[in-house]
Amino acid sequence: MYDYGFFSYESKEDMLERSRAFWNPDKTDFWQDAGIDLVIDRREGYLFWDMAGRRLIDLHLNGGTYNLGHRNPELIATLEQAMQHFDIGNHHFPALARTALAEALVKTASPNMRRVIYGSGGGEAIDIALKTARHTKQRRKIVSIIKSYHGHTGIAVGTGDERFSKLFLSDHPEEFVQVPFNDLNAMEDALRARDVAAVIMETIPATYGFPLPAPGYLQAVKRLCEEYDTLYIADEVQTGLMRTGEMWGISKAGVEPDIMVIGKGITGGMYPIACCVVSEECSAWLKEDGFGHISTGGGAELGCVVSLKVLEICGRPEVRSMVHYIAERFQQGLHQIQEIYPDWFVGIRQDGVVMGLEFNHPVGAKLVMKHLYAHGVWAIFSTLDPRILQFKPGILLGPELVDEILDRTEVAIGKAYAEARSGARAAVTA
Amino acid sequence: MSVIELSHREPPGAARAAMMLQRAHWAAELFARYDIERVRRIVDAVAAAGEAHAERYAEWAVEETGMGVVEHKVLKNVACSRELWDRYRDHDYVSPRILADDKVLELPRPAGVIFALTPTTNPIATVYFKVLLALMTRNAIVVSPHPGAKAVCADAVRVLSDAAVAAGAPDGCIQVVEEPSIPLIEALMTDQTTDVIVATGGNAVVRAAYRSGNPAIGVGPGNVPAFVDATADIAAAARAIVDSKSFDNSILCTNESAIIVEEEVAEQLIRELGRAGAHVCTPEEVERVREHLFPDHRMRLDLIGKSATVLAEEAGLTVPATTRVLVAPFSLVVPEEPLAREKLLPVLGLVRVPNTRAGISAAQAMLRATGAGHSASIHSTRAQTIMEYGAAVKVLRVTVNVGNSLGSAGVLTNLAPTMTIGTGFYGRSSLGENLEPRHLVNWTRVAYNADRSVPFDEFGGMQPWRLETVPTAASSAAPADPAPATPATDVLREEVRRLILEELKELTRQ
Ligand SMILES: Cc1ncc(COP(=O)(O)O)c(C=O)c1O
Repeated sequence: MYDYGFFSYESKEDMLERSRAFWNPDKTDFWQDAGIDLVIDRREGYLFWDMAGRRLIDLHLNGGTYNLGHRNPELIATLEQAMQHFDIGNHHFPALARTALAEALVKTASPNMRRVIYGSGGGEAIDIALKTARHTKQRRKIVSIIKSYHGHTGIAVGTGDERFSKLFLSDHPEEFVQVPFNDLNAMEDALRARDVAAVIMETIPATYGFPLPAPGYLQAVKRLCEEYDTLYIADEVQTGLMRTGEMWGISKAGVEPDIMVIGKGITGGMYPIACCVVSEECSAWLKEDGFGHISTGGGAELGCVVSLKVLEICGRPEVRSMVHYIAERFQQGLHQIQEIYPDWFVGIRQDGVVMGLEFNHPVGAKLVMKHLYAHGVWAIFSTLDPRILQFKPGILLGPELVDEILDRTEVAIGKAYAEARSGARAAVTA
Repeated sequence: MSVIELSHREPPGAARAAMMLQRAHWAAELFARYDIERVRRIVDAVAAAGEAHAERYAEWAVEETGMGVVEHKVLKNVACSRELWDRYRDHDYVSPRILADDKVLELPRPAGVIFALTPTTNPIATVYFKVLLALMTRNAIVVSPHPGAKAVCADAVRVLSDAAVAAGAPDGCIQVVEEPSIPLIEALMTDQTTDVIVATGGNAVVRAAYRSGNPAIGVGPGNVPAFVDATADIAAAARAIVDSKSFDNSILCTNESAIIVEEEVAEQLIRELGRAGAHVCTPEEVERVREHLFPDHRMRLDLIGKSATVLAEEAGLTVPATTRVLVAPFSLVVPEEPLAREKLLPVLGLVRVPNTRAGISAAQAMLRATGAGHSASIHSTRAQTIMEYGAAVKVLRVTVNVGNSLGSAGVLTNLAPTMTIGTGFYGRSSLGENLEPRHLVNWTRVAYNADRSVPFDEFGGMQPWRLETVPTAASSAAPADPAPATPATDVLREEVRRLILEELKELTRQ
């Protein structure tokens, strides 16, 4: 009997049955088939425990949502305090916490940034960004990167892999153009007709396994945007909040975007909101018809208060210092592991604590994910390139846990290699 | 004004401060791989930075705390920067030691993260001292200054930290708690990331350090008797005592509390004390000193670290402007006698005894009241008396024919130069010596079979650690947003006052 107070289950099997029955049968089964029988129970810091009591180190962090750890005590205290005074607020009125957060965000962003529009999740904030771009340029066309991921809401889904847009008959190929990453010629070809509202880019494409932008690539794209009169939207949902060692990955890359989208980690997984930061040029609709985008939960004030705390924490010099140490230790440790398995563990993509580990097998990362899970680490493969394991440690890790992660990773990579060599596919399907 | 009631479950700043410890932990891991050349370069640079700012911080400290004498603080600051480093420059707490005869290889293992509490009386000298000791032993250090001296200490720690990092030290190996408070300090002392606490300060803080559950080096208060026996060089003794007692207006724990003098030489000593710059009070003046400086048998806390002439004025005494010390004769060493206790101001008790045995008894009585395990001084030329005194009085250092303030601190003697005087088991401390670098490092002993037929290995020229990456100053790459200012400055000031009062009450407790 698993009694959680608010609800209970007879057993883990009972829970999974009901998950299939009442929630999502395919997703539930997908993970069972992949050898990941995870039902997350208690969470704390960079650890969580499966229903069955197994301790796991979280290297997925929901794409950076738990950048500061699960149930960060400072964020819990902040939310509890905020609840003594605030709720989500009223989305029609000037609002205390929303305004305060907007001001704080604008201060951290590049100097051309002026205002913040709020959504309730990353996808919605991407939709806002795309709508804003279309309004600003009075054009429909959006250029994105092949295998990029910007969320599954109405407009955002069109920028991504067609697997998710076609499913819902939501693909609009005439409006969404996709070009390969790191290919400036293709980008220029796409922009040359000057009929594009915006280019949208993840600073480092997460779901594609964090291929690193070639040196100067992002800046060159920005220059092309200027040359062909289009907007640059930086999707900082996974690369923001010190994960690259700077507050925003795009600032580290030396690019001033016209629009910047922030989600996930901005509320530390406590009370979700997402933010779309825009330049003066892109603020036009906010003066013309401020009711243009409405979202009751967008910029919920409780989330705004938490976000202010997240920004303050991320801005501390201690955090900057630690990200640097953590990144360095992982770099050393992973390279040492790579020396053992040079033909299997063929690449390390790293910018700060944003990392992708590349394996020499079409679904290598799925194998490694499974063995990591068996050895107490949860890290997810890249949906859009299953050779790559997304390896996303938190920015407040201490040396002991980092060393523990590296120990576990070394063993898991070795076991996955053995499995790949023996040809056994086990429960892994492409 | 905040509309929202801020009901923190943990003290304000605790999470941030815990983060500092964690950053220090990262730095310590890296630091522990440094070799002796790198370490020496860093300590060199930091000692030089400390010396370069010795005067500025001496002035600032006197201004911020209202205690002490600028010139004397300059001396201490130099003593705890360049001079300290000169003393330890050739010591090595970093390289392996090979004891071939014993077939033992010794590998130094730094403590890791030191949480250092520094006092308001000796703010900068103690900061310098602890930071240099930490660096010599490859430890990271987080300094929590006394709230009464936090501004000058925070500035000094930043200067030392910048110098260290510029000389190649790991980023974050020297940090400071800028807004210390009692709950915050307690939170940091009990944090699991703290490897050792080095507590210098009031008794309350030292006891809390020992209660923390973490390894701690904390030292107790002093109460220094200066016994002048009939064989002493009286003029020299008087000079030494007056110099020592007036040093920094007597706010060191090593300053003499009372002179115990054999009757036979008492009058002569009193004359010589006068010559050396002391004013010896008449019985009527002593009453005024008691009434004005020690009302209700307690030292007035607002007078701590003030000069002798200021004190004389407070007590309504007319003394020469050159007066450095007020000597107040009294008749019996008993617990309720304030003149027989530690006085952090230049008032020196004086008690006459008929013979050597009675002198030793009087010194023992002083240490029964307070200050056990700390220091005593003797002025004598008779070796047997010196030995008996050393064996009888409950202290762990006895200085002979020198002023005790710099004698016990290892400046005028060959004791280890220190700002932290271990009071040992008598004084409820884990440390019975003057704190020195070796106390902050453990050694792993790699021991071979004692059987002569088993050979020992050749370790000469080998390095036990590899430093894979040369550290860079991550934190100085781009300045982060300053932390929001604490709104309640008044509350804080009030708390500082309360804290100082509490600590000092401890000293005047009966
Ligand atoms: C880069 C990026 N953008 C946008 C999103 C969409 O965010 P949400 O899931 O909150 O809608 C995601 C989510 O994974 C993401 O990784």
